[in-house]
Amino acid sequence: MSRAILYDSTLCIGCKACEGACAERWGLPYDEKIAAEEKISAHKLTAIETHHDQKAGDRFSRRLCMNCVQPACASVCPVGALQKTALGPVVYDADKCMGCRYCMQACPFQVPSYEWSARLPRMRKCDMCYERQSQGKVTACTEACPVGATKNGDRDELIAEAKQRLAEKPEQYHQKIYGIQEVGGTSVLYLSAVPFEQIGLRTNVPSEPLPDTTWRVLELLPDVVSTGAVLLGGIWWVSNRREEVAKAEGRRK
Amino acid sequence: MKLPKLTVWRAIFVAILLSGLYATYLRIFYGLGGSTNLSDQFPWGIWIGFDVMCGVGLAAGGFTLVAIVHIFNIEKYRPVLRPAILTAFLGYVLVVVGLLYDLGRPDRLWHPLVMWNPHSVMFEVAWCVTLYSTVLFLEFIPVVLEKFGFHRPMAWIHRISVPLMILGILLSTLHQSSIGSLFLIVPSKLYPLWYSPLLPLLFYVSAIAVGMAMTIFESWHSSKACGRALELPLLASLGRVLAVAMSVYLWIRFLDLAHRDALRLLTRNRIETWLFLLEIALMLVPTILLFRKRVRLNPHALYGCAVTIVLGFVANRMNVATTGMEAGSGTHYFPKWSELAVTLSIIAVGFATFRVVAEYFPIFEAEEEGAATGAHEVEEPVRELTRV
Repeated sequence: MSRAILYDSTLCIGCKACEGACAERWGLPYDEKIAAEEKISAHKLTAIETHHDQKAGDRFSRRLCMNCVQPACASVCPVGALQKTALGPVVYDADKCMGCRYCMQACPFQVPSYEWSARLPRMRKCDMCYERQSQGKVTACTEACPVGATKNGDRDELIAEAKQRLAEKPEQYHQKIYGIQEVGGTSVLYLSAVPFEQIGLRTNVPSEPLPDTTWRVLELLPDVVSTGAVLLGGIWWVSNRREEVAKAEGRRK
Repeated sequence: MKLPKLTVWRAIFVAILLSGLYATYLRIFYGLGGSTNLSDQFPWGIWIGFDVMCGVGLAAGGFTLVAIVHIFNIEKYRPVLRPAILTAFLGYVLVVVGLLYDLGRPDRLWHPLVMWNPHSVMFEVAWCVTLYSTVLFLEFIPVVLEKFGFHRPMAWIHRISVPLMILGILLSTLHQSSIGSLFLIVPSKLYPLWYSPLLPLLFYVSAIAVGMAMTIFESWHSSKACGRALELPLLASLGRVLAVAMSVYLWIRFLDLAHRDALRLLTRNRIETWLFLLEIALMLVPTILLFRKRVRLNPHALYGCAVTIVLGFVANRMNVATTGMEAGSGTHYFPKWSELAVTLSIIAVGFATFRVVAEYFPIFEAEEEGAATGAHEVEEPVRELTRV
């Protein structure tokens, strides 16, 4: 039973109430100037994007941490500062973080942001309101959304609901759910009227969970070390023995 | 004639260090934002791409020569062993210095040793840096002990030297390859001319090759600086091994590109294509030249080939870490002056420290034996010349 967010871009009216609620939840400043920034950053953990379309008018899209089912960020963090919780959110422990920024490099969605100007910087990202959800509440953005474009619930149930929406109004939707296959599944799911790249989502991400790409190599480590030790020790033994024999024979002559 | 030239170099050295100091001030008081051009879209720049990734690679001579001399017992390479270990040790120390600049929280450098995540390549890298630096220290310390005549600790280190050296080679194998493994996690960001499941293998093989190129490079320089005769026959035969190692690398690289069907990307007129071709040319041309005896026996040509291969190696690491990541990250990155200043300072300090250590400690063993075996030294190269 893992929690997720379903964002339906066809319902979103671009009011940015989610942004304000998110800023309040994190204690971050929020004003008109910040509202106009259409990208996530260390002081803005979710953002509404406006995609201009000649025929249909503006389309909206929302950026936030995808809280992947098998997150690359958590797998690459050398100190385990990032963890995928059983509840669904990927949480961050700033006290462990040493600032290597491998999570940012590894994230296929370019979500983690860094406090670049801070003397003691932290990484910042949405954690799908882990505290609220563990208390049984919905995320702050879900609560704030006036039109139900953002919905919070059980991942399987949300996928079922998304499929139902696709079936009920086939002409309104691009017939796919973003987040089921992408990098092995994400905890934020998207519905859209147009192909996802037209609302700014990355469609070139692999369907394989990214942690597998490095684990395939890392799991060989004990084999490489033990085989290498035997091989090198053996070569040394043979070549050293040859030297000793040569010396001994030289002495006899 | 020699004095003014030296002054120019010293002036450049001081200028680099002063700019590095100012950049350090910016880094400490204005953070990464005030001292780098890094961004949320482009979190790793040349402090990782050059200082760490090239630093580790260029230190690879340490483990290749330890393997050649101590494990394979090929004694003739012993004269270049100590300079190679010194280069590796300095290289690793400077990598840690580079990391202190790059980490957002350098005060937490020790965290991976306590807070484990064995699924992280960076965790493996952190442990390899720590352990291998310790091994290099133990491999180098006999030089210091020898200088001051401390024989008992030397005997103690000598007793554990074989397992120690095997450990060092294994750690290097893991570390060199893991620098490549770091980028396995970015299949959708790194341009396909560089992204490959074989990245760890490619990084490992190229590190072995560049370790030898660096040994030729540093021997050439220290012979100039210390006024020693160049061990030409020795370096020429090392040039032969270098040519073979580079050939193996380039062949694996070609097979990898062919099997992944990535060669067709070369028909695209993109910046990546040209950078890739530059990188390959820098590695391929000197490799071909090194197969010619005339080139290997000409000190300038041999040096030129080694330097070009080092440059090709640097181009490869920079392409993987920075230029190859630009398109996939949807942004441009060019280092800020302060990033360059810190990097140049680290290189300058590396050169200067090598020189000072080489002057005061018995790095070039041939020198102490030189007095006793003077005649033998003159004859040997002539005899060896016919072999290389």
